[in-house]
Amino acid sequence: MSFFEIKNLVMRFGGLVAVDDFYLSLAKGELVGLIGPNGAGKTTVFNMITGVYTPTEGHIIFQGEEIQGKKSHEITAMGIARTFQNIRLFNDLSVLENVMIAYHCRIKSNFLQAVFRFPIYLKEEKKMVNGAKDLLEQLDLIDFAYEKASALPYGQQRKLEIARALATHPKLLLLDEPAAGMNPNETEELMKLIQTIRKDFDLTIFLIEHDMKFVMGICERIKVLDYGKTIAEGSPEDIQDNPKVIEAYLGERKYA
Amino acid sequence: MDKNILRNRILTLVSLIFLFFFLYLAKHYTSEYVLRILNNTAIFITLAVSYNLINGITGQFSLEPNAFVAIGAYTSALLTLTPAEKELSFIIKPLIWPLNSISLPFLPSLIIAGIVTAFFGFLMGFPVFRVRGDYLAIVTLGFGEVVRVVANNLQSITNGPLGLKGLAPYTNIWWTWGFCVFTVGFIVMLVNSSFGRAMKAIREDEMAAEASGINAFRHKMMAFTISAFFEGVAGGMLAHLITTISPTLFTFFLTFNLLIIIVAGGLGSTTGAIIGAVLFSVGGELLRAVEEPMDIGPLHIPGVPGMRMVIFSIILILLMLFARSGIMGRKEFSWDWLINKIRGLKR
Repeated sequence: MSFFEIKNLVMRFGGLVAVDDFYLSLAKGELVGLIGPNGAGKTTVFNMITGVYTPTEGHIIFQGEEIQGKKSHEITAMGIARTFQNIRLFNDLSVLENVMIAYHCRIKSNFLQAVFRFPIYLKEEKKMVNGAKDLLEQLDLIDFAYEKASALPYGQQRKLEIARALATHPKLLLLDEPAAGMNPNETEELMKLIQTIRKDFDLTIFLIEHDMKFVMGICERIKVLDYGKTIAEGSPEDIQDNPKVIEAYLGERKYA
Repeated sequence: MDKNILRNRILTLVSLIFLFFFLYLAKHYTSEYVLRILNNTAIFITLAVSYNLINGITGQFSLEPNAFVAIGAYTSALLTLTPAEKELSFIIKPLIWPLNSISLPFLPSLIIAGIVTAFFGFLMGFPVFRVRGDYLAIVTLGFGEVVRVVANNLQSITNGPLGLKGLAPYTNIWWTWGFCVFTVGFIVMLVNSSFGRAMKAIREDEMAAEASGINAFRHKMMAFTISAFFEGVAGGMLAHLITTISPTLFTFFLTFNLLIIIVAGGLGSTTGAIIGAVLFSVGGELLRAVEEPMDIGPLHIPGVPGMRMVIFSIILILLMLFARSGIMGRKEFSWDWLINKIRGLKR
């Protein structure tokens, strides 16, 4: 039994087949990439894994448990966290609060204990603050702790989203185009960051990315999706030379 | 850091004592009319602050407070009236058992009114939170109307359009302001807790909140039920303030007024809700002057009833033009802010 497995996953929106017969198997600690032209169904796969969509058919098995059709927050609580393609932060809240929110799902006290500030709640609140501050420190965001999330520069916002995802204590991390909109320097830094958190937090990572240098440089294994179908799978070297992949990205040879 | 917290607590306590003395003086040295305004103000603050919890903090635009106020008002009224009074009132259809034979003191009636309203809110939440945005507003608006129509027709419980008359005037400024302070304290503590943070996260981005492990449905229900409880109790107070209730009192207009209060004050700000409620209830009375006949030099203006509403509308339009996010925006009052302001002035 593998750590994370997807079998025959299908998603149909009316007549449109967004994802067709998708399969995947991740071993613990792997770093796998998912690429494909725009509209290939990559984000749909993420949305099915995280419970935003219920798949039309198929199975998603995480640590031996079927998770398809479960609610988003339940899946997060089980240990799958994600970031979004277009950054989704809690803009009006502080950087610290953004991360603290991710600790809320493990709170034991009820709302009355929270309102009347019972010691049990105050202890939990303190733990949340300390945990969030540690995490911000680790990701070099601590200087911004009391800034509004929307006031951060773009690159830091991406990082904050990763920090928030890490705060839920995930075992599997899904990154949806983490390098989108970054310059080469920032991309370089992001690659290092991903390598570090993977080691420090003992993570398995599955990511979507368009930046080929990034994907080829960081992923151990790559899956290529086109029109909802898997057209290739293998090591970065295999993918680079695969004629089907070149065709999907650049069109057929005769037109090239 | 700790020193500041202690200082803030002392300041809060001192201002509560001031409020107490102010109310004491008002009760003994002012007219019935002023007391009436004070009572209304407290009830409107209670309603606005709890309505803001669901609309402003959790960001679920809903339009049902008139339903909750009505349920609270009817429940408490049916509990405090004596069996003899009930028999006298219900002339078309007799009141059903066991309501016709019980009579409770004011406090337990209010608490039961709150619990009953919260229970209705809880049940209502299941269908209501299946939808979002504009649809949520429409569905809750519908529920508000349903409650009013039911009150109009369920004669064996509500006495229909005749309403309930002759309630004992239990409500005084200690009840209204006492409960108002409790409500504001409760909501502020809730909003500043981990649960309040989760509610704000839902307002900011529901999808991201879910992805961060927050059960959005559960927290929306929590905000909705809590706000129903406080609105129900406030409804009970209102009923025993005006001593006569009928379905016409709980039309959409009540919700509309509350909406104006929280939007003008700043959606999502508890401070804003309080300021809005004070301006609405006190300002509304002060503006009565413009409806009186006036003599400006040789010009004689006869009193125009409804002139207040025109001025009110102009104020609202100005707010929309120049302060789109209301008086406070999403900012809150804090002692630290005030002290920094004062220090700034000294310099």
